Amino acid sequence: MARFNKKKSSETPAVSTASLPDIVFILLFFFMVATTMRQTNLMVENTLPYADQVEKLDKKDLVSYIYVGEPSKRYQATYGTEARMQLNDKYASISEVQDFIYSERAAMRPELVPFLTVSLKVDKDANMGIVSDIKQELRKAEALKINYTTREGDATQNL
Amino acid sequence: MARRPAEEVNAGSMADIAFLLLIFFLVTTTIETDQGINRKLPQIQPDQVDPPPIKKKNIFIVLINQNEQLLVEDEIMQIGDLREAAVAFLDNGGGTGEEACNYCQGAADPESSDNPIKAVISVQSDRQTKYGTYIAVQNELVAAYNQLRDRAANRLYGVSFTQMEDNYNDPSWNGDKVKLEEKIKRIQDMFPMKLSEAEPKMN
Repeated sequence: MARFNKKKSSETPAVSTASLPDIVFILLFFFMVATTMRQTNLMVENTLPYADQVEKLDKKDLVSYIYVGEPSKRYQATYGTEARMQLNDKYASISEVQDFIYSERAAMRPELVPFLTVSLKVDKDANMGIVSDIKQELRKAEALKINYTTREGDATQNL
Repeated sequence: MARRPAEEVNAGSMADIAFLLLIFFLVTTTIETDQGINRKLPQIQPDQVDPPPIKKKNIFIVLINQNEQLLVEDEIMQIGDLREAAVAFLDNGGGTGEEACNYCQGAADPESSDNPIKAVISVQSDRQTKYGTYIAVQNELVAAYNQLRDRAANRLYGVSFTQMEDNYNDPSWNGDKVKLEEKIKRIQDMFPMKLSEAEPKMN
């Protein structure tokens, strides 16, 4: 009988952590599915304004992004604090918008070209001057479908 | 010799590896905030084309200056009142005869717009205006249109316009999309969104 008594231990057994990897993997898969890879490194401040009359922007392959805002803190020494535009991974001047649109179109399947939407991700403190210059260039490039990308919320928070 | 049972692999560090992956994905990805106000830019007109004649009373002018103040129809206005003013203008229905509007519920003021089909809202901003203010104004004007369209859709089809649009864009919605498109088109024709934007003024 002593053989059975030996197994009895007075200590509480350690909590099994064998299922912890499974839990973490579930979390991992959730984030992999629910998020998208960041395509570009933001070099501008980009606090989007709020709006509540928004429509969703589906079909990411049909969307091109233009970022506008103050240069990020680490670039301010070089580029100052005046709002600038970012195309792909670098700052660009207004005159490069047309070329950007043409290259975006060239990368798309031809039957999808008419559905190209330009998403304007503009910092809420940027001036309208640069925004309207960009819009004017987009009109010249005949990229007429645009989307003022916003966060969802009460629009009076912008003031 | 009896075979020894295979030794169990220690899986304790598996969690650490998974955490590392998890943190990598957390850092490199964003939950996209892809929603916003859709707008269609006008095509560039060839020079020296006379604009179509629009009666002055059919234009609702919103000016935004560099100090984020609004001047609506020559009166200073707070942004909270803009939606109501825009609805009152669009829904006025002051037209008579051919231009009469049989679904408007406004005051029918002869000094304001004849018909929502004719009414144009013109937004003019300054180059120094902040983008946030501009978006707030755009948002209020879109809200005014949505309010009127919702009203018309509720009256005609018993469902709000925004709900109809959501259904239309929802791939898993199983209804008659062709019919729905017709309905949406009809509401849009009743209250066409005519937002005109002038070039920002140089200071």
